[in-house]
Amino acid sequence: MLETRYRAARALPLATLPRPAASGASVSVRPAGAESRFSLRARLGGGAPTLAGLPLDAPINTVGTDGEVWIARLGPDEWLVGGPEADADLLQGRIHEALAGLPHALVDVSHRNVGIDVSGRQAAAVFNAGCPLDLSETAFPPGSATRTLLGKAEIVLIRAAAAPLYRVECWRSFSTYVHGFLNEAVFGAEGAVAP
Amino acid sequence: MAQPFRLSRGGRIDRTRPIVFAFNGKPVHGFAGDTVASALLANGIHLVGRSFKYHRPRGILSHGPDEPSALLSVDRGPGRIDPNNRASVVEARSGLRTTSQNHWPSLEFDVGAVNDLLSPVFVAGFYYKTFMWPRKFWDKVYEPFIRAAAGLGKAPTVADPDRYANRHAHCDVLVVGAGPAGLAAALAAARTGKRVILADEGAEPGGSLLHDTTSQIDGRPAADWLAETLAELDARENVILLPRTTAFGYYNHNHVAMTERVTDHLTSAAGQAPRERLWQVRAEQVVLAGGAHERPLVFADNDRPGILLAESVRVFLNRYGVAPGRRLVFATCGASAYQAALDARAAGLDVTLVDLRLEADCGPELAQLRSAGAEVLTGHTVIGSKGRKRVTGLVVAPVGSDGRCGGRRLLACDCVGMSGGWTPAVHLFSQSRGKLRYDDAIDAFVPNISAQAERSAGAARGTYDLAACVNEGFSAGAAAAGSDERQEVRATPTLTGFQPVRIMPTDANPTKVRAFVDYQNDVTAKDIKLAVREGFQSIEHVKRYTTTGMATDQGKTSNMNALGIVAGQLDKALPAVGTTTFRPPYTPVTFGALVGPARHALFDPIRTTPIHEWAEAHGALFENVALWRRAWYFPKAGEDLHAAVARECKAVREGVGIFDASTLGKIEIVGRDAAEFMNRLYINPWTKLAPGRCRYGLMLKEDGYILDDGVVARVSDECFHVTTTTGGAARVLAHMEDYLQTEWPELEVFLTSTTEQWAVIALQGPKARDVIAPLVDGIDLSPEAFPHMAMRSGTICGVPTRLFRVSFTGELGFEINVPSDHARAVWEAVFAAGRAHGITPYGTETMHVLRAEKGYIIVGQETDGTVTPDDVGMAGMIPKAKGDFVGKRSLARPDVVASGRKQLVGLMTDDPKLVLDEGAQIVADTGQPIPMRMLGHVTSSYWSANCGRSIALALVEGGRERAGGHLHVTTPDGFTRVTVCEPVFFDTKGERINA
Repeated sequence: MLETRYRAARALPLATLPRPAASGASVSVRPAGAESRFSLRARLGGGAPTLAGLPLDAPINTVGTDGEVWIARLGPDEWLVGGPEADADLLQGRIHEALAGLPHALVDVSHRNVGIDVSGRQAAAVFNAGCPLDLSETAFPPGSATRTLLGKAEIVLIRAAAAPLYRVECWRSFSTYVHGFLNEAVFGAEGAVAP
Repeated sequence: MAQPFRLSRGGRIDRTRPIVFAFNGKPVHGFAGDTVASALLANGIHLVGRSFKYHRPRGILSHGPDEPSALLSVDRGPGRIDPNNRASVVEARSGLRTTSQNHWPSLEFDVGAVNDLLSPVFVAGFYYKTFMWPRKFWDKVYEPFIRAAAGLGKAPTVADPDRYANRHAHCDVLVVGAGPAGLAAALAAARTGKRVILADEGAEPGGSLLHDTTSQIDGRPAADWLAETLAELDARENVILLPRTTAFGYYNHNHVAMTERVTDHLTSAAGQAPRERLWQVRAEQVVLAGGAHERPLVFADNDRPGILLAESVRVFLNRYGVAPGRRLVFATCGASAYQAALDARAAGLDVTLVDLRLEADCGPELAQLRSAGAEVLTGHTVIGSKGRKRVTGLVVAPVGSDGRCGGRRLLACDCVGMSGGWTPAVHLFSQSRGKLRYDDAIDAFVPNISAQAERSAGAARGTYDLAACVNEGFSAGAAAAGSDERQEVRATPTLTGFQPVRIMPTDANPTKVRAFVDYQNDVTAKDIKLAVREGFQSIEHVKRYTTTGMATDQGKTSNMNALGIVAGQLDKALPAVGTTTFRPPYTPVTFGALVGPARHALFDPIRTTPIHEWAEAHGALFENVALWRRAWYFPKAGEDLHAAVARECKAVREGVGIFDASTLGKIEIVGRDAAEFMNRLYINPWTKLAPGRCRYGLMLKEDGYILDDGVVARVSDECFHVTTTTGGAARVLAHMEDYLQTEWPELEVFLTSTTEQWAVIALQGPKARDVIAPLVDGIDLSPEAFPHMAMRSGTICGVPTRLFRVSFTGELGFEINVPSDHARAVWEAVFAAGRAHGITPYGTETMHVLRAEKGYIIVGQETDGTVTPDDVGMAGMIPKAKGDFVGKRSLARPDVVASGRKQLVGLMTDDPKLVLDEGAQIVADTGQPIPMRMLGHVTSSYWSANCGRSIALALVEGGRERAGGHLHVTTPDGFTRVTVCEPVFFDTKGERINA
């Protein structure tokens, strides 16, 4: 009972902003709701279990999802896992079970990370206001995820599906900057008005 | 509406869309498609500015980015004024207010023009020669005078209201310049399907094709080829076509910076769109097709308004439908000016052409122009010009093969088009660190050896013929895209070829002649010759001594002439003199474009905790700690820092205080070898620390000096909850990962930053337990069950917590770790529960005072990267039998074990009210001669309300042995005496902490 109560009361940092969601004609920036997230560190050795449709030994900088849970491989021994808020304990159990016997650490970072979703035709252009990576279809296709920079903040950029929908994950105290940067970038990317 | 010099037809202007803007307060009418320069000329306005040094009347020299003279202040509305805009590239639109610069009281009558009469004084190196003596005049007289006179235009005085955007982009082929070569290159590259970006600084892509009304490509007007090419590029999804975009910097790895002017040309309010966008392009391959710049001719008074570059006359005629004059004289040493003269004839203007070349050296252009009805004087030089604010005539004379001038002749005119040949725009190539080669045939430096993946095409590499430009551009674009496709168009032959000339032959006394080489910095041929006579031989030295080529135009029109004169004076071949280095930016770039969105809240991330808004609402003032903003103190009405901190300090020791410690760095260390990993990183032992217990940990760098500190809790056998300093969080995690990955990969340990997962509410003071007791579930808070330096997991207000019983104040205290999104609610609940106990929020200042009263160090304040554990009295933490740890070996270094090292001590002033300055130096004897021997410095100093006196911590040579002795500390007025003591001022036995 207690658990349900405190989870319902999560005060997300971007929820109190006067203008939580910005949108232009071809792009929208929307803070994500409360989610559970885990930082997974593991040594795969020989075996490579599969989580949420992603074999853990999938190439670095790829992301898999089963529609609810996503898992992004960010380094040789590092993954970021996200899922619905309510399923945190379940998810944690699932991961431990899948990794039974493998040296690993699973740390709850649900409150460390803040998610922002950016969607629309101009989404990549909005990121390129502050992210120097090539985000074209060939260089950053659906199924890509990477740790990178947005302006002066470190982010994880995730593109799980084919739609022009990107998830930014940043640390909580950087979220107002990242959100502000993306909002500003919407204006910068929309281009000129008619003469 | 009268535009007396507007031709009745022709040009790419839109005559259905009239515009009007202001020049020096008077309306100027033009059409959409005009530049400010073309509209001014359409209205017969040539005098548009005063020169930098001599305040000479100046007009419009060029039609493009190389314009050195026509620099205007442009006002686009409130807060949107900037100086030094080249009239030739500012698109005219209604609502602009333009003003000329560098004159007083007016453009027509300028007092500063007296400088022109004094010109014999202002020779090259004038500053260095004149302002040498007397030495003491420099600061008070000369420098203020020079500063007042220097600079061009007025800087804006209010903040820039515009928005500037930034865009990173990647492509396979970046083409710079959308003239015939660049367009063909983009076309060829685009057809391979590769990603292409084509950038051109003009409002309209096309380059020279925009003013070429006579050439044909494959039997059809060149304009048709342009339209078709643009249509094809436009239709291709793999092409980004960027007009109004200047590639200004070429950096490593084909990183090219460009500014796109997005809204300046729009009449309607720009709305939310950015004024400019900075493009940072990373290109696989770059094609440079930036064209060439025309050279002026160097003759006496070649700077009068009305004297333009010949090709610019042609541009104004053909592209803008403007006649820069009715009686035109062209002066040239090459063929290209003939085309301008032919076009002027076709427009019905009176044309004379003076060619320095002998009749026999001219090509078919000569007959062509004569048959068009123009007088052509071959073998003639230009001696000088007549007129003041507008050219009225050109003095010419035949020149013999011996260089002697024959009888002078005055050619009356109201406009001169001059051409001294062409200089390929190799700026970007040079910036890319490519090596240039001097091509004797065209008297120019051209790209030779590439340093990066780029190639040049067209006039930028000295190819001037239209068909050759198109074909060369196509090949270059194809090659850049990895294809060997070729295209062979045929086109009307371009009139090319010229005989280079440095200074036009003259019969005048050369010491009296003012022939300008650098128009923007007012450098004459005479100045350059003087510099050479005075011993400057390197072009780099001549440039700095005379300032030639150092203006914002970077010598686009002047460099080759200056170089030629220096080579001539030294009697060296031109390449032996070399060329100066081209540096970014190619043309001036606004600060806004470089700053981009990094202003105000987006200048830097400002990190705040979940408690931040609560602290704001409760009147906290904040201080910056790294990127964090932390509550500094919570003043009540009428309180200053001193009063608020004194109150907060008392409240903690007498009741209970609440403090936001969320910014502390936190690292979760998990794995079978976690304890071993900790043993190797910290000076402390960890193996025997029981789960549920805490220990203060101290971490060194390899050099044995303190890196960071913090309390560590053992959560379980294989899990530690590490805390670090606020500023050290990232550094410590990197340090740990570095050792784990490179030194001890065999250890089975994983590190995860949890700094922001856990918010930390510190509750400190004798009543702390009473406050949280009703809120905590699942943890026995009694001192026996939960002693100092213990950690328990449970819940507080229903929220899971890692509850630490720790203290950075010396009081009974708890640090409540809760997941960040619940921290505000828990904080408010604790605060509400604490009201009955007089709970007081306190900030970092009080935290600092309280810990200093107890002598707890702060890394970075008591330590400075040269302090060992023993220096701060913590050597005892290192177990004798402990194995290796980072920094251990260095602790045995002779200088580290030597006596006389600086040690942490307390200082008490004789005057208990005197608070020492932090950083103040300490000496033993104030009677010693200066420089005195300094023994150390004050590291922390505060007023302690709890002690009723000032307290200070210091690092002092052999400090511990000096306990009880006296030392002297510097004050703003001199010295004050202090007594050395143990670095503990309050509760010296440490009993309160275990309450």
